[in-house]
Amino acid sequence: MPEPLTTEATEAARALRAEAALLSIRGLSKRYHAPRGTVHAVENVSLDIPRGSITGLVGESGSGKTTLGRTLLRLVEPSAGSIRFAGEELTSLSDRQMTAMRRRMQIIFQDPVSSLNPRLKVKHIVAEGLRAHGIGSGSERRERVAALLEEVGLSPDQMTRYPHEFSGGQRQRIGIARALALEPEFIVADESVSALDVSIQAQVLNLLLDIRAKRDLTMLFIAHDLSVVDYLCDRIAVMYLGKIVETGPARRLVRHPAHPYTRALLSAVPQPDPLASRDREVLEGSIPSPLDPPSGCVFRTRCPRALPGCATEFPPPVAAGDGHIAHCINL
Amino acid sequence: MNRAPILSVDGLRVAFRSRGRQVTALRDVDFSIEAGRTLALVGESGSGKSVTSLALLGLLPPNGKVTGGRATYRSRNGATLDLAGLPAKQFRKVRGREIAMIFQEPMSSLNPLFSIGEQIGEMLKLHEDLDAAARRRRVVEMLELVEIPAAASRLDDYPHELSGGMRQRVMIALALVCAPQLLIADEPTTALDVTVQAQILDLMRRLQREMGMSILFITHDMGVVAEMADDVAVMYAGAIVEEAGVEALFARPAHPYTRGLLASIPRPDRPEGERLKAIPGAVPPLTALPPGCAFAPRCPHALPACDQPVALEAVLPAHRAACIRASEVMADA
Repeated sequence: MPEPLTTEATEAARALRAEAALLSIRGLSKRYHAPRGTVHAVENVSLDIPRGSITGLVGESGSGKTTLGRTLLRLVEPSAGSIRFAGEELTSLSDRQMTAMRRRMQIIFQDPVSSLNPRLKVKHIVAEGLRAHGIGSGSERRERVAALLEEVGLSPDQMTRYPHEFSGGQRQRIGIARALALEPEFIVADESVSALDVSIQAQVLNLLLDIRAKRDLTMLFIAHDLSVVDYLCDRIAVMYLGKIVETGPARRLVRHPAHPYTRALLSAVPQPDPLASRDREVLEGSIPSPLDPPSGCVFRTRCPRALPGCATEFPPPVAAGDGHIAHCINL
Repeated sequence: MNRAPILSVDGLRVAFRSRGRQVTALRDVDFSIEAGRTLALVGESGSGKSVTSLALLGLLPPNGKVTGGRATYRSRNGATLDLAGLPAKQFRKVRGREIAMIFQEPMSSLNPLFSIGEQIGEMLKLHEDLDAAARRRRVVEMLELVEIPAAASRLDDYPHELSGGMRQRVMIALALVCAPQLLIADEPTTALDVTVQAQILDLMRRLQREMGMSILFITHDMGVVAEMADDVAVMYAGAIVEEAGVEALFARPAHPYTRGLLASIPRPDRPEGERLKAIPGAVPPLTALPPGCAFAPRCPHALPACDQPVALEAVLPAHRAACIRASEVMADA
């Protein structure tokens, strides 16, 4: 691994990357007030999503990845921090301005069953956004729906059917067609292949790659499955207990993980090879409560390499070259 | 490989009544588990892997029943039982003591109204003659065995007070407290995060080494199969399509479905930029299976003759596949 750079150099590199980013977040937090205290779902997170990239956001349950994805679209209002999208500060937009902005930012959900209205025909589901934004005449919208269905691998004559007449994989394709209808620049895909069988999952992953190749599209792909993220994404950000602990180019991060949590996460994934080595860093315990996250580095209570200094502050970013950054004092 | 099987399933058929129609969910399922070994039953949704486990435990829902075949189980006292035709009353003596099970969602198997100590104690009361103090000692021992920290102080905890990983440990303690010969584990780690899954898989391997039980491990995850199984049976649309030792199955799959399944998994060692080879189409509904091989409509190797019934046959010793082109598929791997 190259010599770590200084924090100032890291910040300079960050400023450069922010210019190339379609979406840039700085110091973003989302806290919920619960009867037993404050839940720190997302805490002081910064991330750049380069234009045209698929950026993967990986973490286990309770990491805050879903909350972060929704906060980016202001489906959940941030408690603090900045979200810049295509040069505009989203947190200072009025509700009306934000509604207009959502034409350019869409989301695909995990569960294709509960996210599609069972009483609407597919043509109405896919055209929902076009109608809401008053785009096109009835027949124009119909043509658009036909083209979209074709693009996602469904047949245009299926547009008069209802969601229950489709398989899980096909329903996920309908969700993708709906998200593409407004020709957004940015899509958040939240666990969009997690509920699918592996043979169908491969079809949908390939479809997402084809769509990205054809369109000028930037995507945040939220998932818990590192092998899927490694396959699909250009960059990966790893979240643990409300914090991004490591970001970097996908292949590099997966092959040379720097943060102890990323290493443990990668070594925990069962490999489809009976001859693979079973040497792994098994983490003790489970993720602490976001009601009371550890001081300093949030991972230190489970970290095999924790030092006394890890309790003082959340470690500043350390650059490992090539836009690869990890938050650990022990690299 | 010549040890006597603890369970051999032969031509098992299960059907469900649904809206006045009879739907066949299992079509002549054949496999066997040798003592002390782990057989992974792997398949995607609707393949029949969970129906198989429910049938073996006498837990099919009221509209389902075994319509044919045998499931010969060799019990601890050496007697053999046919699980496919066992009356409900006798099943109660088998479950828990001879054959135990753990499921994907521990909350659905643990009773929320009783403490974990009471639930494990109840299982002992049912099957073993121990006084209250001895029972309590055994419960604490079991919780220690599944690595629950400060076990003695956790007896009065209720299931909802535990994390997902801890609940799955309690489930395992409950399943193993009567030292069953066979553990049926149906997707036991699917709902867990990968770091917790790694802990539970390690635990299951250690307990199997120490206690010597056989495991029927039901999963959809080929990574988990590679890690846990000695032998593998692959299911598709209610039938076993391939059965082999784990290394042979991954190295030289003989059925095109197994091969497609393995090619669908993103692997970290794949060449840069290589696309996944997805299997086209979807699993046909059980009500509309094609004649002959159920996989034929999605199969790149299909021939006109694939519309004829095909049996699970040996391609190599200890490697069986239900495909008329199995040898070619295997040679091509």
